[in-house]
Amino acid sequence: MLKLHSRLERSAIGFVLAIIVVSSIGGFVEIAPLFTIDETVEEAPDMRVYTPLELAGRNIYIREGCYACHSQMIRTLRDEVDRYGPYSLAVESQYDHPMLWGSKRTGPDLARVGGKYSDDWHVAHLVNPRDVVPESNMPRYGWLLETPLRTDDLDRHLAAMRAVGVPYTDEMIANAPRDAVAQASPDAAAAYDVLERYGAETNIGLFDGRPGQITEMAALVAYLQILGRLTETPYQTAVAEAR
Amino acid sequence: MSAPAPDRDPVTGRLTTGHEWNGIKELGTPVPRIVFIGLTLGALYLIVWTILMPAWPGINSYTRGLLGIDQRTSVEARVALARLERAEWTQRIETEPLATLASDPQVMNLVKGYGKTLFGDNCQACHGGKGVGNSGFPNISQAPLMWGDDLDTIHETIRVGINAAHPETRFSQMLAFGRDGMLGRSDILAVTDYLLALGSGASVDDMTHGAEVFAFNCASCHGDNARGSVDFGAPDLVDDHWIYGGYRQAVFNSIFTGRAGHMPSWEGRLSKADLRILALYVGWLRENQP
Repeated sequence: MLKLHSRLERSAIGFVLAIIVVSSIGGFVEIAPLFTIDETVEEAPDMRVYTPLELAGRNIYIREGCYACHSQMIRTLRDEVDRYGPYSLAVESQYDHPMLWGSKRTGPDLARVGGKYSDDWHVAHLVNPRDVVPESNMPRYGWLLETPLRTDDLDRHLAAMRAVGVPYTDEMIANAPRDAVAQASPDAAAAYDVLERYGAETNIGLFDGRPGQITEMAALVAYLQILGRLTETPYQTAVAEAR
Repeated sequence: MSAPAPDRDPVTGRLTTGHEWNGIKELGTPVPRIVFIGLTLGALYLIVWTILMPAWPGINSYTRGLLGIDQRTSVEARVALARLERAEWTQRIETEPLATLASDPQVMNLVKGYGKTLFGDNCQACHGGKGVGNSGFPNISQAPLMWGDDLDTIHETIRVGINAAHPETRFSQMLAFGRDGMLGRSDILAVTDYLLALGSGASVDDMTHGAEVFAFNCASCHGDNARGSVDFGAPDLVDDHWIYGGYRQAVFNSIFTGRAGHMPSWEGRLSKADLRILALYVGWLRENQP
């Protein structure tokens, strides 16, 4: 084997070809599983897309780097299933561009946090985590409550998502800025349009507890409240029933 | 190009690489044999392992492996096993009345352990350690409970939540008397002072303007004596416990903007036994106040 190697080292073309062969094995190992993606990703017929407000919240989640300390991936381990709920399915991330599975948990996993706490709690916790969880070392995000949400470009955000495969309709894209405001204005008639377009399961509410303005806090809380709630499929797996 | 003739180093007796750099030669010490043995054994182990475990991708599928191991079935088995291990006493928890269970020290010992974990994972974020509450989140271990404090009522509140998405949820909303123009500023101030006076234990003149405003607007839910009502989930306004703060500005704000606290419903997220363990644990917290 050593002889073969020392002979290869002496031939420039042969050595380049050998490097290509070896590194393409690495590439193949990464690419080949994608051939079986239809087999490994489940079906979730009830899966709904992010509303414009939730998508805006997701963008804030990314901007503030929440994923650096919070994962969104419950692994197939008993303690995680006991604590957080049914393990994450690949299909739950099908509209996530990029996915936010994360790889580090300074804080807890957030994959099933939607609906677990009230909106008021999320606001109090984001303004100052220590107010509600004394031992927390999470930074404060109080300014989100003072910063108006930019909604005028949300139609373009939706269009970009559609370009990478999220099934937004023309109607959703055209009404995106309006829907974002309506979802956070529970008394507005337009809130019904949001329910019609995005499904009756959509949360309508103030989210930030402040009537009359849409803040970045409202968007982020709206996003946190649907984590794990876009489809009921994971709750129908055998592990969910075994609990 | 032919390979240079072998050249032996006179000091170590080993072969050199055959090259010479300004009179310096380099030893061609071979890689130790143990490394090759290790690599070979490692490669063999991996080949056997890929046969036993799910490994190689194909066009439409992948090799399942001889052992038939799948992370999903493994975790299902472990969760089911854990449930089976607990079944002996969780079955009792699921079927026997809560009051009977609460008086059984053996059950309560288990409840204290599991309940603490469940409470920490699910309830503590809002209600605080030991359930003493937080601003905006009620004290559930020391204060009277708004919807009633017997074990079955506590269990029901945990199950359906308050102002939650559950179809049977408890519903309660205090109107925004100030913001929606039902009461003027001076009326709200008067009733605020009336309530603070009631809470201070001083003798209160029932003929004041504040008392009148209270009787007309607040008493229907909070009761004539302001001691609250579990039928409406209206809190006691006389005792020392305030959810949103008992100072003048906080009470004024509550009356001005209204309140409608939200407690999530836990049915569906927690198992039947877990809901009942939590009810027992909250009952235990209330009896053994921190």
